[in-house]
Amino acid sequence: MATIHVAAQESEVPAEPQQVLNDLSIQIATVNGSGSQTANTVLLRSIFQMGIPVSGKNLFPSNIAGLPTWFTIRASKHGYIGRKKEIDFLVAMNPETAEEDVRELRAGSAVVYDERLNLNRLRNDLTFYPVPFDQLVAPICPDAKLRKLVRNMIYDGVLAKLLGVEMEEIQKALQKQFRRKAKAADLNWNAAKAGYEFAEKNLQKGDHFSLQRMDETRGKIIIDGNSATALGAMFAGVTVVTWYPITPSSTVCETLIEYMKRYRIDPETKKATFAIVQAEDELAAIGMALGAGWAGARSMTATSGPGISLMAEFTGFGYYAEIPAVLFNIQRVGPSTGLPTRTAQGDVLSTAVLSHGDTKHPLFFPCSVEECFSMAIDAFDLAEELQTPVFVMSDLDLGMNNWMANPFSYPSKPMSRGKVLSKEDLDRLGRFERYRDVEGDGVGYRTLPGTNHPAAGYFTRGSGHNEKAHYSERPEDYVNNMERLVRKFKTASRLMPGPVLQESRKKEIGIIAYGTSHWALIEALDQLKQEYDIEASYLRVRAFPFNEQVRDFVRRHARVYVVDQNRDAQMAQLLRLDVEAEEVTKLRSVLHYSGLPIDARSVTDAIVSQEGVK
Amino acid sequence: MATTAVPPAPPKKVNRIGLDIATYKGSKSTLCAGCGHNAISERIVEAFYELGIEPHRVAKLSGIGCSSKSPAYFLGSAFGLNAVHGRMAPVATGTMLANRTLLAIGVSGDGDTASIGMGGFVHLMRRNLPVIYIIEDNGVYGLTKGQFSATADLGSKLKTGVVNDLPPIDTCALAILLGATYVARSFSGDKRQLLALLEGAVAHRGTSMLDVISPCVTFNDHEGSTKSYSYVKDHDEPLADVTFVPYFQDISVDYEPGTVTEIEMHDGSRIVLKKLATNYDPTSKGEALRILTEAHDKNEIVTGLFYVDTKRENFLDLLNIVDEPLATLPESRVRPPKQVLDEIMVELM
Repeated sequence: MATIHVAAQESEVPAEPQQVLNDLSIQIATVNGSGSQTANTVLLRSIFQMGIPVSGKNLFPSNIAGLPTWFTIRASKHGYIGRKKEIDFLVAMNPETAEEDVRELRAGSAVVYDERLNLNRLRNDLTFYPVPFDQLVAPICPDAKLRKLVRNMIYDGVLAKLLGVEMEEIQKALQKQFRRKAKAADLNWNAAKAGYEFAEKNLQKGDHFSLQRMDETRGKIIIDGNSATALGAMFAGVTVVTWYPITPSSTVCETLIEYMKRYRIDPETKKATFAIVQAEDELAAIGMALGAGWAGARSMTATSGPGISLMAEFTGFGYYAEIPAVLFNIQRVGPSTGLPTRTAQGDVLSTAVLSHGDTKHPLFFPCSVEECFSMAIDAFDLAEELQTPVFVMSDLDLGMNNWMANPFSYPSKPMSRGKVLSKEDLDRLGRFERYRDVEGDGVGYRTLPGTNHPAAGYFTRGSGHNEKAHYSERPEDYVNNMERLVRKFKTASRLMPGPVLQESRKKEIGIIAYGTSHWALIEALDQLKQEYDIEASYLRVRAFPFNEQVRDFVRRHARVYVVDQNRDAQMAQLLRLDVEAEEVTKLRSVLHYSGLPIDARSVTDAIVSQEGVK
Repeated sequence: MATTAVPPAPPKKVNRIGLDIATYKGSKSTLCAGCGHNAISERIVEAFYELGIEPHRVAKLSGIGCSSKSPAYFLGSAFGLNAVHGRMAPVATGTMLANRTLLAIGVSGDGDTASIGMGGFVHLMRRNLPVIYIIEDNGVYGLTKGQFSATADLGSKLKTGVVNDLPPIDTCALAILLGATYVARSFSGDKRQLLALLEGAVAHRGTSMLDVISPCVTFNDHEGSTKSYSYVKDHDEPLADVTFVPYFQDISVDYEPGTVTEIEMHDGSRIVLKKLATNYDPTSKGEALRILTEAHDKNEIVTGLFYVDTKRENFLDLLNIVDEPLATLPESRVRPPKQVLDEIMVELM
């Protein structure tokens, strides 16, 4: 019979442990390829369905089967959905990592584990819940081959009993998961029940964490950032999608394919109002996207760091030839093998100036799945308005993890296709000059191949052309063109979303963050205030080029911390190039680059330490 | 007052859509005098003029190199995109995805295709994208002053005396193996054959790959080169005499039975291949590859239409794209209504 091991050394644990309700993080340690994803998703959904704000993060290896994987679920009555540094509840299913996982826990945490691992010998300040998974799974799953997949569902049942997750919600979540596969749903349900019943009979609650129904998730959705990006692209009216598989961006296009097949087939002809092509490499993917953009399509590609590097030459060409395209950069840690499946804001600096010669590109920084959706739509409009490649800088944490969010809003404006002259326009005008700055915003008029007018055709090249798109190597033509491109970049800063501001009355400490760091930031601001009485202003950058509000924010504050999820303070570097010389020394950095999503505690600690607070 | 009658100017010669040949010309070539590429541009002008192609429907695509400059020298009123080195294939692909009603003509070189652009080349062939893919093949990098390219023959000599010690890549054999559906080799100096092959390519609705040997007068036209004018003239072995009969011309010619192979193109045009030394069947991949392999062994340059397949589905049909250009579909056809978003949101709750 299973035994319970409650902390014995009273001195290390508060004598009267406080009950903690709806505020915990669960870490499930498994081996990848063991089918734990279903169990984890069902658990996450069940908590969500109980009305408790929840988030999930998958920390997985670059591997298909056999390496350690951790899934963390955070439930927070305060609505914090960033990563929590501390683990409260560990489910140890992986013999390889179990001992280390247990050693890293804080005193007072709890461990559900495979009985065979004997983890209770390791510590005496934790609550241990041994579960005989193999014995439990055998009777409910006679097919030995399926056992590996069903086995994980047992811990959902155990956790349901220990924490108070409602079994009806687990059942509902399972039905959602296995929509048309009743047999699989039943099998998994039996496993969850077996876990629950085992825990009911054999485990005595020894920890102080619990979950209880709230009403904070009504009307919310759960979606990953890449799916949100795909939806954004579909509602942006994308027509040509060219891509090359790379983690963590592949699911942008894979999900898009599914949605487009459902919603973008012409009802009359049954033909596709889109083309999606898996290219031979990233060079071809961006080349096709630019070819399509030149010919007038709303085109896109999605990639990640190494792919961005390969797209560098073509991006510069797109900048000089002035061709629209949207590039989704789902950022990750650096090159080759090692940590490609870990998150980072790794390409901020390199993407901003991607390519050779003088180049700079508009970048969007979504922080949420809502912004993945809305900024995708904005990016397609902007690319055509500015006639240039535009980047949307997501990251692995945002792209591949499930996030709770408000339902997305349908685009409020019609598609903006930019300055395109039709046959009728040309009939009226008689002629046009492709690169003439008619309106002073740096953006010329273009025609699309196929426009039936003798004056429509023009020849597109890289760096050497005059206003008429004629070949030119004349210095004054080149300078004229380069200066117009600067005007165009200024237009970009006017058209792109400004920062989001949360101003403190004290104008002393400012914090600048972007992208997924936002979720750690809003929690860190509370920690700073509650624990250290530090009130800081917060500015969230949403786009590059920066606008005047960003510069003003730096001017107004005595010290400005820039939060980057990379080693080299990439956003801070961009800001240093942008603010006035005397402001540069105000900029400090909070850096997080372990491959894990940034957490509030790390931000708080870094700021407190730099502020010299004891 | 007496007036003298001015004789009316002779009517300008125009093609079947009423355009004169000047409309099909481009800006003045900046390539070397005598460059084979200029002759190819002239044939392109002729082919498009004779067939009465509307210039606004034409997209000219290229990469980088002497070859890739040439789209500026024909069809000046068409649309042109001079991209980056080795990437004509992807920009041509994107262009055709965006607007399938265009007629795409891509010009590349042997360096631009067979080295840096090989990835794009093989995959375009494999997709059978409707595009005319011309390689202006001179065996050297001209614009960087005469390095060997990957189509240079084994043993061929540079002006500096350097001998090429690697076997050439046969782009025609590759194209056939990979799935291109109209594959030919010609010589910039053979006006008649090149024109007929170009016109056939215009009529074809799949990938037309034309490797045109086009001597570089500056860096590869000397003794010891296998891509010089004199070498190619001496070693050119045309497979058949090629005639193109467009669908709008009602010409029937009597030939001795067994001496002619006719290929009917999608639009009703015909390619007539008149037997020369041997009977050649251009619908057999195996036969094409055999001829090419044997020619290499014998140090001959075989020219002509090696392979044609008018049945294989092209890439745009395979993708089941709507008939209209994707580029200009109205918002109502590319942005699903609000109710679709609502439906998806409910699924995600």
